[in-house]
Amino acid sequence: MDSPAQEESLSKQRKERKNKMKNKKQFDPKLLKYSRGPGIKNPKRISNIFDRAKVLRKEKNIHWAEEQAARAEVLLTEEVGYIVPDKGEKTNNLTQKNISKAVDITSATKYFELDLKFGPYRFDYTRNGRHLLIGGKKGHVAAMDWVTKRLLCEINVMEEVCDVQWLHVETMFAAAQKKWVYIYDNQGVELHCIKKLYNILRMTFLPYHFLLATSNEDGWLSWLDISIGELVSQYNTREGRLSVMEYNPYNGVICLGHSKGVVTMWSPNVQKPLASMLCHPTGVQAIAIDSTGKYMSTSSANSQIKVWDLRNLTGPLKYYQLKNAPTDLSFSQRGCLAAAIENTVQIYKNCHIESVNEPYLVHKTRTFVHGINFCPYEDVLGISTTSGFSSILVPGSGEPNFDALEVNPFQTKSQRREAEVKSLLEKVQPEMIVLDPSIISEVDVPTLRDKIEAKEKLLYLKVPKIDFTPRKKKRGNTARAARVKKIVKENNKKEFIKGIKEVQKNLVNVTKGGNNKKKTQAPSVLDRFRKK
Amino acid sequence: MKVKVLTRNPDDYLRETKRDIHKVPRNFDPDHHPFEGAREYVRALNAVKLEKIYAKPFVGSLDGHSEGISAIAKHPKSLSVVASGSHDGEVRFWDLPTRKCFRNIQAHDDSVKGIAYTKLGERFITIGDKTIKIWNSKVPEYGETDMPQFSIVSKALLTGLTYSPRYEKFATCGEKCQLWEEERNEPITTFTWGVDTVHYIAFNPIETYLIGACADDRSITFYDTRDSGPIRKLVLALRTNQISWNPMEAFHYTVANEDYNLYTFDMRRMSSAVKVHKGHISAVISVDYSPTGLEFVSGSYDRTLRIFPADKMNSREVYHTKRMQRISNVSWSLDNKYILSTSDEMNIRLWKARASEKLGVLPPRERASLAYNEALKKKYQAFPEVRKIAHFRHVPKYIYSASQQIRMMRTKEKRKESNRRQHSKPGTVPFVSEARKHIVKEE
Repeated sequence: MDSPAQEESLSKQRKERKNKMKNKKQFDPKLLKYSRGPGIKNPKRISNIFDRAKVLRKEKNIHWAEEQAARAEVLLTEEVGYIVPDKGEKTNNLTQKNISKAVDITSATKYFELDLKFGPYRFDYTRNGRHLLIGGKKGHVAAMDWVTKRLLCEINVMEEVCDVQWLHVETMFAAAQKKWVYIYDNQGVELHCIKKLYNILRMTFLPYHFLLATSNEDGWLSWLDISIGELVSQYNTREGRLSVMEYNPYNGVICLGHSKGVVTMWSPNVQKPLASMLCHPTGVQAIAIDSTGKYMSTSSANSQIKVWDLRNLTGPLKYYQLKNAPTDLSFSQRGCLAAAIENTVQIYKNCHIESVNEPYLVHKTRTFVHGINFCPYEDVLGISTTSGFSSILVPGSGEPNFDALEVNPFQTKSQRREAEVKSLLEKVQPEMIVLDPSIISEVDVPTLRDKIEAKEKLLYLKVPKIDFTPRKKKRGNTARAARVKKIVKENNKKEFIKGIKEVQKNLVNVTKGGNNKKKTQAPSVLDRFRKK
Repeated sequence: MKVKVLTRNPDDYLRETKRDIHKVPRNFDPDHHPFEGAREYVRALNAVKLEKIYAKPFVGSLDGHSEGISAIAKHPKSLSVVASGSHDGEVRFWDLPTRKCFRNIQAHDDSVKGIAYTKLGERFITIGDKTIKIWNSKVPEYGETDMPQFSIVSKALLTGLTYSPRYEKFATCGEKCQLWEEERNEPITTFTWGVDTVHYIAFNPIETYLIGACADDRSITFYDTRDSGPIRKLVLALRTNQISWNPMEAFHYTVANEDYNLYTFDMRRMSSAVKVHKGHISAVISVDYSPTGLEFVSGSYDRTLRIFPADKMNSREVYHTKRMQRISNVSWSLDNKYILSTSDEMNIRLWKARASEKLGVLPPRERASLAYNEALKKKYQAFPEVRKIAHFRHVPKYIYSASQQIRMMRTKEKRKESNRRQHSKPGTVPFVSEARKHIVKEE
């Protein structure tokens, strides 16, 4: 019944189907998001079958985990916010009043304005987006649960406040005051005064490293480990006043914007910048880095916004010329970019991926905007101005589904305590801040360059110095002793050079390759006529 | 116009009552979990540190004998019962959970040379001063005298005893090896090979007709009980003190040798050792396999116990205490969790087989977390920091300095050999692997 040809075609079909499945597995875009790299390309190169089996089993497990993670997407409950305009309507014509009327009551309460007299203000949201901290230039500092509008504390430090920053939990925050940095608890009680950090302009907190990074007026960049209260490192950037600082959430590297249009990236382990990019012909006004750490957007005094690729440190990917210079930028979790331009805030959607002609939303404030920040896990943008603080609705800006083991907006007190202990146990050491943080989970294979360098080192070895004192046989016979010493040293040198020459010879043979093969051929009688 | 803004109903995210567990919504998007590698590494480092913190292997000691302990036997069916015999002829029975002695017998006038339980543990046999006594395992009622059921006077000297795992037979050794049946006054078979005294004998737990015996003439002899004759003989450079069969792989056995090493052999190819286990700094007296056959414990004259993976050269663990003297016997419990060691200062010590293991029933979450830690340790075991912490064992100064010295001696020998090879005619100083070096002959 089954002719061989039929069988063959059947097996062919089966093979094709198998291949299709394989390709599907590899190139499934949903899986690609959870992929931890391509894995081992050619397992047959592993000669030991036990090792090969072990590696293949591991690969299988990894792939299984990726698949399970992708499948768990079904369980995500919340959906992203959006605006669907009517025909002929534009989203950037919508005012906050329009939007807040169209949404439910609880969301409408998230649009509010605070009229405060101690401005201009700086502010910060906690990592879970639940608490808000504002600090006015004239000394007003207030912390609140902005969702329920419950005030935690409100104090006046009677001193200039340059920046405020939440620490790892909502019970502690830092305020950069006129001279030093102070740490307060959420009741407004001063816990510490850190005199090592002075004249600070900007602060940012690295939650996984427990580092408070600060930049100061004289160009000093410092990292303070707040879990032990010690300064990890402090470098003079030699770039003058550091008023633009942002941290890359992907690798923990600090990005500084300078007045010469340069952006430099710093890690606490290296005294020089890891990278510096000339981004603008004029001074950098603001930097924003997206939550995945892939894109950076910068703005300059000549009203430009540029988007850069942070993985390759290339770009600009996108380039926008505005009418006025943006003084602050902020990326949301879902890729909205807000730009503060005088007393307006313009929000662009996905402007780092595709070219955008007009803003998604525009909001006007009464006074000059000093800072903007998207609230994490909410469709809310916070704006601090000269005359207070306002919170506006930006549908589609926040990440709808949080991971409660990472950050939890609905955290209870006991959960917060437990998370604090866990995160302290898991504190990543500052030595691990590098441009590519995945390097630790990669196989440590010496690159070709390393190998060549190691070989080249062999060519330039120095003769090691030996310490040799000849035995004293007779008193006063110093000339003979010196001669003996000289002879021994010279012999040592000769021997070393001899050894090195042999090594180099081998090296040359190995690199040339071809010559070696000829030599191994069986000797023939005619060899005597060959050139030596 | 249609607008949707993120609003979360707190009811979906908060637990209803205080008795509920917290709701933990997850999102596995890698972008939400930055520093994945670095954090996992830190977790692995913590796991390996925690293992060291919790490493408290000593459980307790069984104190009661008034002489050094010469023999120990585990009950084949009950995990809690262990019998020990001392040099003054006393046999004691211990209840391990309470660590109390529940029965003691003055079994012999002289030292008890061996104890063995029968296959199901209803009787036990003791040997000493040329007599074999068979006792009932049941503790006598109040008023009854503790007497052996049966006793045999042997013509030959007795030094070791082993009970067949399958048949109602047992074997003794001494001047010669003898196979006995219970309730018979005469041995059913006698094996000899050469004239020397055999000091230890053990039945293979799987191939139940096979007996391994260690003799004073540095040899290890194998007898077949069906054949009434010896099969193989292996002579090592120094005397072998004990032999232990791998309970899972019938053809593998490990011997404890006087030359500070243990050797694992394959019964089928004894010309070279499968593995040479090093680490002790004095003669190895005793060895016992774990019931899984993956590891074994060895006790040495250097007052330490070492646990070796059966396929590794170095030990994974070393146990020592201040007061513990020279080890005379070791025994791995049949639930694979504990180790018993007897030493010269009349104590039996109970150790955990895995030093940091938590005893008792574990709640599922704790079990999961321990399993996770275990996986992390395995994944990051090659990282220098992790490896350093995992491998480090603090040992007393005398052991540390002696092992340094031994290492120095071994490197010296190696260097000397290579020098000799370099300066002699090629081929005259052959390479002999460590696995073959200590074997004198094989018959």
